[in-house]
Amino acid sequence: MIPVVLTAIVGLLVIVSFFVPHGAIAEPAQILQDWAIIIVASGYVLGAANVYKVNGEAAVKMQKDWLYKYVLLGSMTAMIVVGFFFSGGTEFLNEGSPFKWAYDYLYVPMQATMFSLLAFFIASAAFRAFRIRTVDAALLAIAALIVMVGRVPIGKLLTDSLPEVIQLPTMANWLLEWPQNAAKRGIAIGAGLGVMATGLRIILGIERSHMREEA
Amino acid sequence: MAFGDRLEKLDRRWIFLVVALLVLIPLLWPLQLPLAVSGPAKRYYDAIEAVPEGSIVVLAGDYDPASAPELVPMTRSSVTHLFRKNVRIIALQLWEGGPPLVDAILHEVGDEMGKVYGVDYVNLGYKSGREAVMPSFGNSFSRTFPNDYGGKPVSSFPLMRQADNFGATALFVNISAGYPGTKEWVQQVQGRFQVRMVSGSTPVQAPEIYPYLQAGQVLGLLGGMAGAAEYEKSIGVPGPATKGMDAQSSAHLFVVFLILLGNAIYFSRRRAQQGRA
Repeated sequence: MIPVVLTAIVGLLVIVSFFVPHGAIAEPAQILQDWAIIIVASGYVLGAANVYKVNGEAAVKMQKDWLYKYVLLGSMTAMIVVGFFFSGGTEFLNEGSPFKWAYDYLYVPMQATMFSLLAFFIASAAFRAFRIRTVDAALLAIAALIVMVGRVPIGKLLTDSLPEVIQLPTMANWLLEWPQNAAKRGIAIGAGLGVMATGLRIILGIERSHMREEA
Repeated sequence: MAFGDRLEKLDRRWIFLVVALLVLIPLLWPLQLPLAVSGPAKRYYDAIEAVPEGSIVVLAGDYDPASAPELVPMTRSSVTHLFRKNVRIIALQLWEGGPPLVDAILHEVGDEMGKVYGVDYVNLGYKSGREAVMPSFGNSFSRTFPNDYGGKPVSSFPLMRQADNFGATALFVNISAGYPGTKEWVQQVQGRFQVRMVSGSTPVQAPEIYPYLQAGQVLGLLGGMAGAAEYEKSIGVPGPATKGMDAQSSAHLFVVFLILLGNAIYFSRRRAQQGRA
């Protein structure tokens, strides 16, 4: 019962603080927000411990991809050790520190590389997987083709001699600003109502699955 | 084996090779294709242009190196535009992977334009907590970020003594790659603190922002590298995004060609199967 009451008090206080800026409400709500930030930060420590536990066990037992898990754990440990002990304490992100070097010359290029690979796989998937089997898929394909070409300079070049209303950039912008927007707004309103309903159910103690308890 | 079958069984590494060449060649030898500035990008430029000289702007750079090719040029152009108008900047980041990217831009552009750290700009750095940080930051900058990126107390900077909440600022610039980003800033801060706000986003996230753009909650929007290039054109400082647009054009055109080719093969096969049946 105590967790349900605490949830109700905290939830209502934070919601009310959104509309009532008076100090009597805003100050305790601010303290709760500070606590939320601390809890999320603690989650990172828990997350790191979890990475060690899950991947450590799999590596020791030589489960699938065990070698990659050793690479993951080794890299993570190296970054932590370099950051904590060899990079000047709180100045670990300053230019010239070993941690900053690792960030600039290992982390940044590796993450950029991973993301860049998407271009290759999208091209391959476009050829092998994007099949127009239904009317819905045809509409999706036409919209995608217009936006893909219309949002880059070649779209302007290809249709520059046509009337403006049927130029690719104009059609791409129209698709983004009207049909896409209408669908997005509908989804957002539906999701918002769902979030409000779930939030109210939790605050009122009707929904208790987050406490591993049935209502 | 029919031509269509042979194409469908093509080793995908050939496709990878063509994509690599189509990206690389325009980067090495730019085609200088004409670039038109779209409405949302023009509105982004206009919103920053309307900021009074000497006022204070908050800039949140919520991204990491994966989105750097698109969002770093946007951030650099925004900082250049703001500094050119003698607008002072308070920066923060809510993504753990990105703070050094934003910090480097602030210092590089700041040094080029003779700006002084602490007076003309401050980087508050990273705070964990994601969405939970936003309303707290809206209530008080110094309480949420007691120290700056380098660990110095923010109270020691003249700029931070002049602004502790959005009431003292003229605009909020959010450049983001996803969660937490523009959508969350709108939901948690824009309406609650009556903030004038513009957004720069990845192309994946940009459609999510359009409803807020149409409602006027977001005053302008830069979508992906195209948006960044359009903004570079607007401020008259062509940069890496402008260079990248030729490569993006050729890559997009090739993807469109592959979709059409794949479907042409699919329909010709289906017709052949129906003919046999």
